[in-house]
Amino acid sequence: MTAGRCTAALLAAVLVCGLTCASTAAAEEAITEEYESISNANEHVQAQDDYARSQKRREITEHDDDQNEPPPSSSSSSSSSSSSSSSPPSKDYFKEELVIRPLSSGDIYASFQFQTRWDTDFFAPGKKVSHYRLFPKSLGQLMSKFSVREMHVSFTQGYWRTMQWGQPFLPAPPGAELWVWFQDSVADVDGAWKELTNVLSGIFCASLNFIDSTNTVEPTASFKPLGVGNVTHQRFLRYAVLPREIVCTENLTPWKKLLPCGSKAGLAVLMKSEKLFHSSFLSLAVHIRPVCQDWGCKGTAWELRQTVNVVFDLHTTGQGKREWSFFKMFSRTLTEACPLATSSKVYIDVTDNPQGELFELNPAAPSLTQAVVLGDRRTYAVYDLMASGTFGLLRSLNVLLRWKTPGSVDMLRPLLHGERYVAGYGLQTGEIHTLIYNNHPYRAFPVLLLDIVPWYLRLYIHTLTVTSKSRENKPSYIHYQPSKDRLRPHLLEMLIQLPPNSVTEVTVQFERALLKWTEYTPDPNHGFYVGSSVISALVPSVVAMDTSYTLEHPLFSTFFPCKEESSYFVRVYTEPLLVNLPTPDFSMPYNVICLTCTVVAVGYGSLYNLLTRTFQVEEPSPGVVKRLANMIRYLRGVPLL
Amino acid sequence: MGLLSDPNRRRALTNLLTRLNTPLCIVCYLAGVAWFMGLAFEPFTLRTYMSENAMGSTMVEERFLAGERALVTAREFAAQKKKMGGMPVDWLVKAMQARGLEVFTQSFSRTLPFPDENKERYMVHGTNVYGILRAPRAPRTEALVLSAPCTPGSSNNQAVGLLLGLAQYFRGQMYWAKDIIFLVNEHDLIGMQAWLEGYHHTNTTGMSWTPLEGRGGSIQAALSLELSSDIITSLDLVLEGLNGQLPNLDLANLFYAFCQKIGVLCTIQGKLQRNDWDSAAGYSQAVQTMLLMVLKQASGRPWGDHGLFLRYHIEAASIRGINSFRQYKTDLTTVGKLLEGMFRKLNNLLERLHQSYFFYLLPSLSRFVSIGYYMPAFGLLAAILLLLVGMREPFGPGVLSVLTPLIISHLTGVALYTLPIMAQQTAVEHFPVSETEAVVLTAIAIYTAGLALPHNTHRVLSGEGTEEGWRVLKLIAIFYMAVLLGCTALINFSLGFILALTLVPVAAFITPHVPRVLSALVMVLLSPGSTLLFSIFVYQELQEAPITLLEGWNLFLSVISQGILDHNLYGSLVYPLISLLVYPCWLLLWNILFWK
Repeated sequence: MTAGRCTAALLAAVLVCGLTCASTAAAEEAITEEYESISNANEHVQAQDDYARSQKRREITEHDDDQNEPPPSSSSSSSSSSSSSSSPPSKDYFKEELVIRPLSSGDIYASFQFQTRWDTDFFAPGKKVSHYRLFPKSLGQLMSKFSVREMHVSFTQGYWRTMQWGQPFLPAPPGAELWVWFQDSVADVDGAWKELTNVLSGIFCASLNFIDSTNTVEPTASFKPLGVGNVTHQRFLRYAVLPREIVCTENLTPWKKLLPCGSKAGLAVLMKSEKLFHSSFLSLAVHIRPVCQDWGCKGTAWELRQTVNVVFDLHTTGQGKREWSFFKMFSRTLTEACPLATSSKVYIDVTDNPQGELFELNPAAPSLTQAVVLGDRRTYAVYDLMASGTFGLLRSLNVLLRWKTPGSVDMLRPLLHGERYVAGYGLQTGEIHTLIYNNHPYRAFPVLLLDIVPWYLRLYIHTLTVTSKSRENKPSYIHYQPSKDRLRPHLLEMLIQLPPNSVTEVTVQFERALLKWTEYTPDPNHGFYVGSSVISALVPSVVAMDTSYTLEHPLFSTFFPCKEESSYFVRVYTEPLLVNLPTPDFSMPYNVICLTCTVVAVGYGSLYNLLTRTFQVEEPSPGVVKRLANMIRYLRGVPLL
Repeated sequence: MGLLSDPNRRRALTNLLTRLNTPLCIVCYLAGVAWFMGLAFEPFTLRTYMSENAMGSTMVEERFLAGERALVTAREFAAQKKKMGGMPVDWLVKAMQARGLEVFTQSFSRTLPFPDENKERYMVHGTNVYGILRAPRAPRTEALVLSAPCTPGSSNNQAVGLLLGLAQYFRGQMYWAKDIIFLVNEHDLIGMQAWLEGYHHTNTTGMSWTPLEGRGGSIQAALSLELSSDIITSLDLVLEGLNGQLPNLDLANLFYAFCQKIGVLCTIQGKLQRNDWDSAAGYSQAVQTMLLMVLKQASGRPWGDHGLFLRYHIEAASIRGINSFRQYKTDLTTVGKLLEGMFRKLNNLLERLHQSYFFYLLPSLSRFVSIGYYMPAFGLLAAILLLLVGMREPFGPGVLSVLTPLIISHLTGVALYTLPIMAQQTAVEHFPVSETEAVVLTAIAIYTAGLALPHNTHRVLSGEGTEEGWRVLKLIAIFYMAVLLGCTALINFSLGFILALTLVPVAAFITPHVPRVLSALVMVLLSPGSTLLFSIFVYQELQEAPITLLEGWNLFLSVISQGILDHNLYGSLVYPLISLLVYPCWLLLWNILFWK
């Protein structure tokens, strides 16, 4: 597990000098790019050369103007000639998009999504998938070897500030998160999980190998499969979080390597690590899941989604000026789409800016589109990178946004958010408080709360209280799995109904365990992490709350509040906790050893000696004459002197 | 050990100890005092050094330049404060929001057990305002605190101005790995107590506060800032916290290192360090500094807003700007640079400050006395008690006769602890005094009544007092005192040492056969109450603010009321310790004197 070790070593370095990270990142980038080009060439060598790729792209763009529908299967026969199998070759597509949302706090939220879809089945009986084109081979082999049905892994630096930024498109907890659904054919799930984490640790150069039974759980309700399939028993689910994991370029580089174009072309050129890591929030993620090939769902396709969510802090980087552009944020501009992509688009959220009174965009957006995102109807300006007109005369796209008003400082009131802290003082006991806010003015809704607490915090589960509006709120479902020392963590899952416009407080007391001295981390006084708790909920949609919505629609369609959009799924992660455990003074082992040895040797030894020995006054030894006299008296049988 | 296992030699040793008991006691006492006074002598002390590697060097390039702007903010704040007649909450919220912080408020209220005449407050209502600067790379797990109290009148405006200036400057930096909380607390310690209790969701003192809405994880270190003038001549570091707790020495080292680097005069206990340690004046300066620290620590009260953080295992110190008549002046930009440097170093911390000492005395900022060096001074005094125990001959029955004095002196102690506050209403109705006076005078009255009450109480049970009776009582009293002082000195060395200094001689000489009037006078002079009175005079003398007897008496009264208030408001343990344990122990000795 050299990857893990190198992360651990780097971890310290990164903590010491967060700043130098950027500079070393640049150097590392240079090296890895070289390496990347070699490995890319290797990976795709059996697919096509560059010429064939561009041929393919042209074909796909001809056939596939409507990106939602997969192109007819006949179109691929010419390009996949290198495939020698007799069965019709399976289809794969690649889409990339970038969504930019100017946040009300003045920050910029950029979300990259890259989707690779492959109409093949890894687990079809008697068929071994060995020919890879767009789908990364390393992940594909992993899926088939460990019979993975669904895999979600994310690496996050910083904490998503719901109160200032609203909801993210893809939430992720600080640190590393991994959850995997295995196929129901897997007999030894724990073994597969163990191996899988080690392999992933190598692939992403992360410390995922630190996932073991002490931080793995099987949540019953919070993490359901996101793809097609009918196995939902938690026996096949494993979930783990490493809140301490530090994310750096060493994770970004292998992540970029999974893209068909690498960081050579398309949107990925924007991902320069010295800019990405100079941000308030950064989350890398990889999601793999089975999806339907078509409407009838006759066959499954595999979807790989790679995402990067990043929030740039304009306050610190913009020297007070409130404007940004691609170049300013990423130190790059866009010049072309990825040649392998079937769709490549940049969306910019202009919902709050219908008449352009808040900010202006330059160049102006060629088209607008609307979508309901997270229960809210948003308007986006769209730049299609496949269209040649997008790049203009300079042959590069550098969208510039200039604010006309100063940023607001008001906090948002997101409908659902949570926070968590440790109460109490001293090193014996404590109390974990989890606060869940429902800011909806009139709707109550249920949430699922998932808490994973390491074994060294011994939860007093009888002290668990749930209160809303200063009244007890009885959870309708509680699943609690007690911890086993050094084996497994506490798992607490609850279904709680949140009253409208309320704060629900979940408290539970704990006792801090005294660890064995080898179990302490190298920096025990830093404290021990407790991962984020997860709040999953179907939140009533803002669109459904919107009464003016009825104005734009025919009356007959809007009597009942809108149907399919009436609620949306949200997952909120609270902040992780840092808890101090009673810690011996490791900085003075020499003193401790000396003192202990002295006490044992001198104090205890002699005291024991004094206490156990019986003392007698010894007669001085008699002289020779007396001894002689005694001998005579003894022989005579008279008492001795 | 051969010495002890040989009965003959053991007997010889015992004889020697018994024969030379008095001279040995005197030698131990003098050696203890001499050792203590020697602690301040520079060749006997260690130079301070930074133990924490993460804060190892001061290689930070300070770029804070907005001292002038901070002064403008301070003036604006002063105007707002004057207009509002208190803390300008809305203005502060807006000012912090404009600097890009997440701002929250907390309101609190507290009714004091009796009016505090020093600060003129009884029913306290207030609001704390704090803003959190979120670290870009950290998930809200760790935080640092910079606080400035909002005091009535014209003081401390510059501290708030500088705090806001630093907030603005810090917001523009990317390197923060810990959230930074900027706190402006109202009603100094009460506000701080409310905020800390709210932050940790505990309630130790019965205060009511509204829960906090924003947090930054576990607080690693805190600095409290007190500045009342535009230009300062030196910065004073205050370390003594609640119950004599001290922050890790590395925090003091950090402050000293940056003062040296930036070139600001720094003092501790208001005393500037002298370079001529070998001269009498240099030594006397060091002794004075150390004695001041000992007196402050022994008082067990928080000497700045930082003092309350220590309970929560948060290393904290107060930095106080002094404007005297020195030539050398320092502006606010320099102070800002100093704080910037300190915060950047604290930001680098990988672990809580734990590498350096938690138990120390400082004769100057660059020299320290660690627990291993100062404990022998106390040990020599405590040795006297052991010698006294060794001298006692075996005794027969009579244990029962000491039970009554024990119980009665402790009941007096309980009365001293509870009655002053309980009886204040009655006292105010019957005597022409204010509530505060009533509390203090009741305490003194019970204390004095205790002298009259319990002697000869042993007669209740056993009739005539026997020779063995007082010997048993004395043995018990000495054991009691040894345990009591030993435990106190472990937790709060200064308090333990001062008490030992006065109580041990009493324990040594007291028998029923000494001249009664003279001994009674000596005993009263060495009682805990008189010790407090002497300490006040010594403290004032060391502060170079000598006072007359009458002023001293008034100060004595106010210190007693402060002690009771500190216990009720912040949980200081000195008052209960004295009234429930030390005073009854002393009463036992008093009992021996009047044994019949």
